[in-house]
Amino acid sequence: MTIFPRPGNLPAAVAAIGIAAAAFAAGAQAATPADLLAGYAKQAGGSAQPARGQALFTQNQGREWSCSSCHGNPPVQAGKHASTGKAIAAMAPAVNPERFTDAAKTEKWFRRNCNDVVGRECTPAEKADVLAWLLTLKP
Amino acid sequence: MKHAVSRHSIAVCVALAASAGAVLASEGERRARVPLLPQYQQECAACHVAFPPGLLPAASWRRLMDNLPRHFGTDASLEAPVAAQISGWLTANAGTSRRGREEPPQDRITRSAWFEHEHGRIAAATWKSPQVKSAANCAACHTTANQGVFNEHDVRIPR
Repeated sequence: MTIFPRPGNLPAAVAAIGIAAAAFAAGAQAATPADLLAGYAKQAGGSAQPARGQALFTQNQGREWSCSSCHGNPPVQAGKHASTGKAIAAMAPAVNPERFTDAAKTEKWFRRNCNDVVGRECTPAEKADVLAWLLTLKP
Repeated sequence: MKHAVSRHSIAVCVALAASAGAVLASEGERRARVPLLPQYQQECAACHVAFPPGLLPAASWRRLMDNLPRHFGTDASLEAPVAAQISGWLTANAGTSRRGREEPPQDRITRSAWFEHEHGRIAAATWKSPQVKSAANCAACHTTANQGVFNEHDVRIPR
């Protein structure tokens, strides 16, 4: 959103630039879930489909664990690791605002957990679908 | 005193034995409370408790860190620089005592002889109960496991 400086909205324009600068300085990895979703959807070259994301997340993909095996269904409460029993904070960003705010962390966990659940890396489309679905969930 | 062994000397022996036991127990506890590398806590305590590095010898830690993509049935892979940093810290703080030197089967802490000895009285049904689930779930009973303290006085076994 561009704010063209005009006498009336100069303070707003300065504020917008300042906020953008601060966000950039805070760390290249800091992001919002919406940012990450937009990134994956762009890589996928299409729009995300929450229903596909729900299916991928909650159903077994030919292996012992689904995403829900640890994260629950729906993942709006703390989950529990399927073999160690350790508590895992909720995945839905509406419940847990820390989720999907770090691009590197998100990529690392997608890499590992898709390997376990699907037996390969998830495609950008699959990541977009899952994230889109998670963003529809409310407490 | 005409007794062959005086009460006084019995008392001294008991006191010495108790303090030796206390020294050994507190050394183990001190070892368990090595301050955790923040990277280790962050990367390795998402799925299970941050196991104190003194519970395994360096050789076991090296094998575990070399095989993270196949970590007890899951993919726990890390970026190489992070893995190297954690591996260095683990091997530097690995177990060197009689207990800590043992390389358990599959490098599983819970298959160590000392672990099996300490937990010998726990029924199989307890391990499988929903609140516990796994011997690797230390915090289910060891209420201070997340602080690296495994003192038996802090144990509460869920029913």
